[in-house]
Amino acid sequence: MQRRILPRRAGKKARRPDLFWALLSVAAVVILIITAINLYALINGSTASLRYFGLGFLVGTDWVPNPPEGPPLLGALPAIYGSVVTTLIALLLAVPISLGVALFQAELAPRRLRAPSIFLSELLAAVPSIVYGLWGLFVLVPFMRDYVNTQLKTWLGFLPLFSGPTNGLGMLTAGVILAIMIIPYGSSVMREVIAVVPRSQREGSLALGATRWEMIRTSVIPYARTGIIAAIVLALGRAIGETMAVTMVIGNVARISPSLFLPAETIPSVIANEFTEVAGNDLYLSALFELGLILFAIAFLMNLAGRILITRLQFKGGSDRVA
Amino acid sequence: MIELLSLERRRRVSNRLFAVFATLCFFVALVPLVSIVYQTVVLGYAALSLDFFTKVTPPIGGSGGGILNAIEGSFVMVAIASMIGIPVGVFAGAYLSEYPGRLAHSVRLLAEVLTGVPSIVTGIVVYVLIVATFHRFSALSGGVALGFMMIPIVVISTHESLKLVSSSIREGGLALGISRSKTMVHILLTTARSGIITGIALAVARVMGETAPLLFTALGSQFLMTSLTDPAASLTLLIFDFGTAPYENSHTFAWGAALILLLIVLGLNIVVRVASRLKVTGSE
Repeated sequence: MQRRILPRRAGKKARRPDLFWALLSVAAVVILIITAINLYALINGSTASLRYFGLGFLVGTDWVPNPPEGPPLLGALPAIYGSVVTTLIALLLAVPISLGVALFQAELAPRRLRAPSIFLSELLAAVPSIVYGLWGLFVLVPFMRDYVNTQLKTWLGFLPLFSGPTNGLGMLTAGVILAIMIIPYGSSVMREVIAVVPRSQREGSLALGATRWEMIRTSVIPYARTGIIAAIVLALGRAIGETMAVTMVIGNVARISPSLFLPAETIPSVIANEFTEVAGNDLYLSALFELGLILFAIAFLMNLAGRILITRLQFKGGSDRVA
Repeated sequence: MIELLSLERRRRVSNRLFAVFATLCFFVALVPLVSIVYQTVVLGYAALSLDFFTKVTPPIGGSGGGILNAIEGSFVMVAIASMIGIPVGVFAGAYLSEYPGRLAHSVRLLAEVLTGVPSIVTGIVVYVLIVATFHRFSALSGGVALGFMMIPIVVISTHESLKLVSSSIREGGLALGISRSKTMVHILLTTARSGIITGIALAVARVMGETAPLLFTALGSQFLMTSLTDPAASLTLLIFDFGTAPYENSHTFAWGAALILLLIVLGLNIVVRVASRLKVTGSE
């Protein structure tokens, strides 16, 4: 790398060993190494499970780590199902609200309120996930049990989605807390892609007599569409990996049921919850690590896709201040 | 005429509806923040006493005791993380702004992707690398896990701060014949200092609140640590263990620890954000 870049730029003098360059590049290469280490350690840790269960791990529905006799019977499908359902609930709630928040902050709020409103969003994003979890367990769970779930059951109880007993712990509550947690993140990415929309677009639209809403609907949102999709993909990547808060409110039961009221589990909640129960069962531990590998793969791809979409947008919008 | 009027009205109404919807979204999104802060302050305040800060945690369900070991563990592990995360992050961030090219482009992209990798995955990685190798849960491995999380965050914030330094300042330094390294240290880093410090402080606040990477590395402990190779407690692990225990007085403990954690994390956020904003408006 040194030989290719420097001589062209700085002439012969720079051919001497450049300690400054060396120091900085070592630090930069550490990022590549960390990525490689992640992959290596996850694959290494899950080798036993990969060998033993093979692809059947992804579709297996049983979760019996310590059967009375014989080897463990482990399948990831309940956890994958729980992750997919809770993430979908979270996106369903968080996408419209994030877009609303982003439009409020970028287009609607009076200039004086803009900075404070963004500041509050940033604080919301800064609250640690474990505090969300504690609050979820003692405030949100009873609230869902006593108000939301009972109302849903009264009005929509004929749907399998809202059937069954409810004690507040379950997929719906997990989805709601995930939504609350990704709204500040989703809205901040959306706000910044909306900010990239050129003034001329807005002014053209307003000059034609559009109301503010028409201007946003016809000029801002179509222009920012790619960025908004990227924001959704990135928020999805966050939601799927969120661990502590979900673990505390989902109830942790390996089960595939259409009812959103029933306790279930997600990929990260299984890892967090069962790690201490492994007790020398190596195959069990390895299976938990394989769940980690699946999680890493999903989150990595989601984030990569979202980031690449946003990078493209930067070229288009000519701004480098996105996210 | 009537049709025109109603169209006009429809446009006005939909515009108003949009404004109401967006404003409502903003306030709905804020409700959890208000509720979290309120609950934590009210329930956490009940746990506070002199013992709470000077004694170690009781067994779960037990009474008396404090959270001294958790405070110690959190600070020690964040310190270890900072020793790894700050130098590597700042140097790599400087590389990105100083030597743009294909490597810089992929490093930046990977750093952004790494910030989105679930923190529990980092816990597993450090478990496999360190804990399984030495057969010991330790404060050191917890600190390394937090350090891994800190690096990409600091890389990005440093890169962004350096990008804001106008290129004329950089070129001015180079044109005077000052070496790249001296230009970087004396001119660029000095100019971008407040931004870089803000980024570091936010990264510290972020890893201070992490739980998942510590589950498999620091493990938690009821005692003060005698060495960095001992298992360590942390505020976040304590909240998890005591918050999910079936005892009333354990819950009070968890809320108390959550109050301390929230004070540190939100306090750090408020201080640096307000300070950096004052600085920006002050220099204009």
